[in-house]
Amino acid sequence: MSSRSSSKLGRSIALHLFLTPLALIWLFPLWMMVIFSTMPDRGIFSPSIELLPHGSFLDNVNNLQRDTNFIGAIGISVSVAVTYTFLSVLLTSMAGWALARYQFFGKGVVVAIILGTITLPYAVVLIPQFIMVARDFKLANTWVALIVPPLFNSLGVLFMRQSFSMMPGDLFDAARVEGVKEWRIFLFVALPLARPMLAALAIILFLASWNNYLWPLLINSKPGAMTAPVALGTLIGLTKVSWGGIMAGAVMLTVPMLVVFVLLQRHFVAGIAAGAIK
Amino acid sequence: MRYQNATAYRFLAPYLLIFSIFWLWPIIGSFLISFQATRTVPWRFAPTFNWGRLIGDPAFFNALKNTLLILVIQVPVMITLAIVMAVLLNSPLLKARGLFRFAFFAPVVVGEVAYSAVFRLMFNLDYGIINKLLNSVGLPRIDWFSNVTPAMAVIIIAVTWRWAGYNAIILLAGLQSIPQDVYEAATLDRVSKLKQFFYITLPLLKPIIVFCAVLSIIGTMQLFTEPFLITERGGPGGGTETLGLLLYRQGFRSLNFGYASAIAYTMAGLAIAISLVQLWLTRDPK
Repeated sequence: MSSRSSSKLGRSIALHLFLTPLALIWLFPLWMMVIFSTMPDRGIFSPSIELLPHGSFLDNVNNLQRDTNFIGAIGISVSVAVTYTFLSVLLTSMAGWALARYQFFGKGVVVAIILGTITLPYAVVLIPQFIMVARDFKLANTWVALIVPPLFNSLGVLFMRQSFSMMPGDLFDAARVEGVKEWRIFLFVALPLARPMLAALAIILFLASWNNYLWPLLINSKPGAMTAPVALGTLIGLTKVSWGGIMAGAVMLTVPMLVVFVLLQRHFVAGIAAGAIK
Repeated sequence: MRYQNATAYRFLAPYLLIFSIFWLWPIIGSFLISFQATRTVPWRFAPTFNWGRLIGDPAFFNALKNTLLILVIQVPVMITLAIVMAVLLNSPLLKARGLFRFAFFAPVVVGEVAYSAVFRLMFNLDYGIINKLLNSVGLPRIDWFSNVTPAMAVIIIAVTWRWAGYNAIILLAGLQSIPQDVYEAATLDRVSKLKQFFYITLPLLKPIIVFCAVLSIIGTMQLFTEPFLITERGGPGGGTETLGLLLYRQGFRSLNFGYASAIAYTMAGLAIAISLVQLWLTRDPK
């Protein structure tokens, strides 16, 4: 017995000895992002090793604002991400509900299409999408261009389909017997029951919109219409630019998401894991 | 169950409408555009114009080579690391589990631009913290971005940092769905933990590992932001140029939509091949 518990202790020590340095390495880039954002530029470009925060964060925010209108870009990013999340949750759960709860002609085709697009590279739709939105619809540099094309997503629909199909059907049938219309059953019975799943979906969708880079880079490239990641990206690689400012921008993009992640970790993890676990 | 076509399609309509306009049509559109010469007005049908150029274009083969090289190294390293993270995070012996989960999962919320900026600064030749740390332990500093091999290494390190935790989350959920009594029985039979890992955990986790690998391969195959921002448009001298970056340059810098579409469909062809391998790997043994 004692040899077994001592081997358990040994295993526990080995586990922590291995995992602690790995965790520190993993946190290091985030830590350095925060440190850089608090350092004046001459500090970043000094030969000494600085691993602790300084006091220049607000100066760096000012430097960043001088290089590009980052606060304005944050405003666009927040508005777009909130609108996108609301619309996408609605569309995705409506589609998931139909796939989970009704028998209809062409169901197999719809499911096959959704599954097929999971492994389809986005590159295949990018060029016609761009030509259509920019040239045919003349929507470049608008919010619509940022919000509408990304509304199609496949993993979210599969997640909601699974969530709705796990609910007991008697509940909905009882409402039907009472003569409640289908859309009311969806809105007032099914959606409230799916609240934890909707939260997980909303977080993942918000994050995707907040961090989206390639599509906004292509379609909203005019200075006043850029999202925050695009605005920040334009500064990377310039010679006369404040790196402290860039890091302050990176912190403003990242830290709010980290806070949300810590507060809602359970939903986050559920949303990501749902992609694979059936 | 009776058919409810009208009701079902009313719920599906907005979703399918977005799909048809912004995905279905573009998927067909790319294919058609790849057979047209698009730098003349109007575009004209020229079936071998882009595809013929593609098979003789050294820039394409350079990008293809770089993309496959990153794939072949980055995906196995990251998936292995993700499995290790998931298994260790799942250990009942682990203390301060929340802190470890935070450390490995936090990169999942970090945007491509933000982390590209940090990695670029960390690996800077003169001022980067990595070279300062190398110097402080007596090692020579490395000119990360002027040579192809270290520049590739930075890209691989960055992508692995960003995505290992994401895969670990999926794998961890898979681990937790393995019934505990399998392990209890194995422990009673004095099967060592290591053997349990290789003979129970890995086989049961295989479909999820394959799923993670396929998503990672398709993600890495489209790698764009990291070579765009970290190694400055695929530098040094095209040494880290990927298919995604080549597509961006051809499509949106040179506005050569036809050629860019041919590149896109090459990527799709690779993705389809990889998905078929996945289906074959996870097929039900008869």
